[in-house]
Amino acid sequence: MHVELRDIRKYFGHVKANDGISMVLEPGKIYALVGENGAGKSTLMKILSGYQPPTGGEILLDGRPVEFHSPADALAKGVGMLYQDPLDMPPFRVIDNYLLGRDSRVRLNYKDARTELENLAQRYNFHIDPNATIDSLSMGERQQLELVRLLAGGAQVLILDEPTTGISAEQKEILFESMRKMTREEGKTVILVSHKLEEVQELCLYAYVLRRGRLEGEQELPCLNEALVEMMFGQVPQRTRRPAFAVGEPVLELQDVSIESYQLNIPNINLSVRAGEIFGFAGLEGSGQRQVMQVCSGLLSPTGGRVRLNGEDVTGWSFHRRQRDGMGYVPAGRLEEGLVAGLTLTEHLVLARPDKKFFVDWKANQVEMGERISTYQIVGRPETTADALSGGNQQRLLFSLLNTPLKLLLLEHPTRGLDVRSADYTWQLLYKRREHGTAILFISADLDEIIEHSDRIAVFSGGVMSRVLDTQSTTAEELGHLIGGQA
Amino acid sequence: MIQAPTGDRSRLWKLWPLVPISAALIFTSALLLLFDASPAEAYRAMWDGSFGGQDKILSVLAFWVPLLLASAGLVITFTAGLWNIGVEGQIILGAICASWVALNVNAPSGVLIPLEIVAAMVGGALWGGLSAVLKTRGKVNEIFSGLALNNLAIILTNYLISGPWQPPEGGSFRGTTPFQDAALWPRLLDSRFSPLSLLLAVAALVAVYFVLRGTTWGLKLKALGKNPYSAYLLGVSSERETILAMMFCGALAGLGGAVRVLSWFDSLRQSISGGIGFLALLIVMLAGYRILWVPLIAFFFSVVLNGSITLQLKTQLHSALGGILTGVMVLFVLLFGSARQLGLGGTQASAGGAPGTDLPDVTPADAITTDIPGGD
Repeated sequence: MHVELRDIRKYFGHVKANDGISMVLEPGKIYALVGENGAGKSTLMKILSGYQPPTGGEILLDGRPVEFHSPADALAKGVGMLYQDPLDMPPFRVIDNYLLGRDSRVRLNYKDARTELENLAQRYNFHIDPNATIDSLSMGERQQLELVRLLAGGAQVLILDEPTTGISAEQKEILFESMRKMTREEGKTVILVSHKLEEVQELCLYAYVLRRGRLEGEQELPCLNEALVEMMFGQVPQRTRRPAFAVGEPVLELQDVSIESYQLNIPNINLSVRAGEIFGFAGLEGSGQRQVMQVCSGLLSPTGGRVRLNGEDVTGWSFHRRQRDGMGYVPAGRLEEGLVAGLTLTEHLVLARPDKKFFVDWKANQVEMGERISTYQIVGRPETTADALSGGNQQRLLFSLLNTPLKLLLLEHPTRGLDVRSADYTWQLLYKRREHGTAILFISADLDEIIEHSDRIAVFSGGVMSRVLDTQSTTAEELGHLIGGQA
Repeated sequence: MIQAPTGDRSRLWKLWPLVPISAALIFTSALLLLFDASPAEAYRAMWDGSFGGQDKILSVLAFWVPLLLASAGLVITFTAGLWNIGVEGQIILGAICASWVALNVNAPSGVLIPLEIVAAMVGGALWGGLSAVLKTRGKVNEIFSGLALNNLAIILTNYLISGPWQPPEGGSFRGTTPFQDAALWPRLLDSRFSPLSLLLAVAALVAVYFVLRGTTWGLKLKALGKNPYSAYLLGVSSERETILAMMFCGALAGLGGAVRVLSWFDSLRQSISGGIGFLALLIVMLAGYRILWVPLIAFFFSVVLNGSITLQLKTQLHSALGGILTGVMVLFVLLFGSARQLGLGGTQASAGGAPGTDLPDVTPADAITTDIPGGD
């Protein structure tokens, strides 16, 4: 099926998630849709699969303009999407799940459905037992079932969102083979949304690159990874300033830390961050950097290895114990994890202070919060609720709640969503912390930010951490290589 | 996204429990008219049943007290984002523990009554704490453990009154022998109302008010109820606070149970609570989870339910009308709650506390304990 997107726009308030995207997708080909997190890939694919309507623009299938009212409607018109987490019903049997939404008669025709299911599965070399229950299946098998369901529903265009996350290497091969078969032999159109550039290079013929809601470029594949990375991140400037700072003793040490989860295996992380050092984690979203950060904070237990804080083994310590010991953590989602909507700034301060008393001295805390508000230039009052603040001010509030002194400060995307001025201000605050000997470890999706501010950098790719790079002697090309998964 | 409430609108929010109450009155009147009964006559009969004489007023007060105690406790658990359905069982356990003291300890009133109070509070607190531990350690939702523990408490009562505690003349499945006089709380004018119990209930209300207003613990509960994950990252131990909140509520509910056996009745009976815990849940929801509204709404419930007994005697209407009235009221509360959520009726809560519409979105502490190893 020939798909054309014309000037697709999707606005959420004043945020332009998709800002005039046009692309053409021809039958018989596998396309890649790449871009950093927040580039607008998911939004665009949700529009194409009928999950949400666009603010403007149109979709043409085989030259005819269409409008989708729901994902089921889109599937009836030929477009199906495989979500990262398959939309199935865990307690059901495979066959029931398959029939769900397919057969709306009162008495279900199990016999025909079974034959249909088995034939389709066989064609793509999938192994599905119709009588197994969904929760006994692996992620890869659930995915195969969902694919078969979409195909049986008449999908001519298939969208796969990060399909290789959490499935085995063998299942990945079967999946890729089936995708090739669908396009080459059956003339279907397949779109692969992925962060993993190796897979994109291996499988796809053509890539569309999104950046900040717009189509940044298109590229025949395979090509050099750097070409894609450059489109995804934009031109990476060389570091401009380098505040010289003598770093001290190691504060945070990871020794042979490994983390296993159904999504990702992260083997053997060895790392040391020193007092006064700023250490950046680079890499595409979901490459393991967040899990390593969570192990540092105590939010996640490693499957192996030791974590040391100022030389002391803290592997078994809870988050709260590490917090009391001088660790600070600023998560990425401000209002989801970090601030409590509905509580005032003063109430946040009372909760965050280490010296809690039974009765709250509201007056003193009100005064203290007033002082922090002026120190951290927060636009708000002590009695304002946290959700009434703007994103930048919420970030400053989080910083104002951090205790002093801190041995270690962990940050996820410290300037995501902030304008240039707020981002600069955030870094000024961090530089002040570093002068007091705080070791700072941060994750960022913004390569500029990593290069600009880190003393040393580690790059994550598919759960593997690169060797540690000294920012002064590294280049943007080298980072691009590492992000794309080439050592 | 969320507008700051203006003065006008927050004043409206403060008065909003009156809206569903009047809506329910109108609805019930229409229902009465449909059955050719006079609403005016019915409400007058109810009024007489509650205020037509000293004994009736005292009976309203006596019924009011356990409602107050259980509701005060529930304000704490609701603030922490917990659905303490097990409050009914906590009342029953309090009643059982108080009865144990009344049956087995021989002492003057001055010793016996404090002992009964302590025993009832400990019993309720442990029953509530059990629910909490099942939640934090066993990942059992407190609604389900609460329901199960309610049933267990009822079964335990039935076992006791038909087994070990049965009257010497034989088990009747109705209750134990009346307790020794020293064990019963001093009651006013031959009624079921004990002034001591009212004093305890007022103390409980004041305590809850100050816990939520002025203590770090109250603030922690508020944070936990609104966003458990953020609260965790800010340093609040979800496990500790969940258990403490449930035990606090259980202690007050247990005290309510003691009032039932030692002042309302004089023995442990088969349905000793008779749904007071569930009524308290409705009262707190109707109050919008704010302690200041609890006494008034609990009083209203007590009036309606006491009045409907007379209603049946005086008119041909069934006493279930009181139940219908309160039930409809709660439906209206939920309905108006969702209307407010859609932005039709008012605004989000101001500093007053958790608005009703917050609660269904709350995913209390179990979300946390699955993510975070060890707890605290």
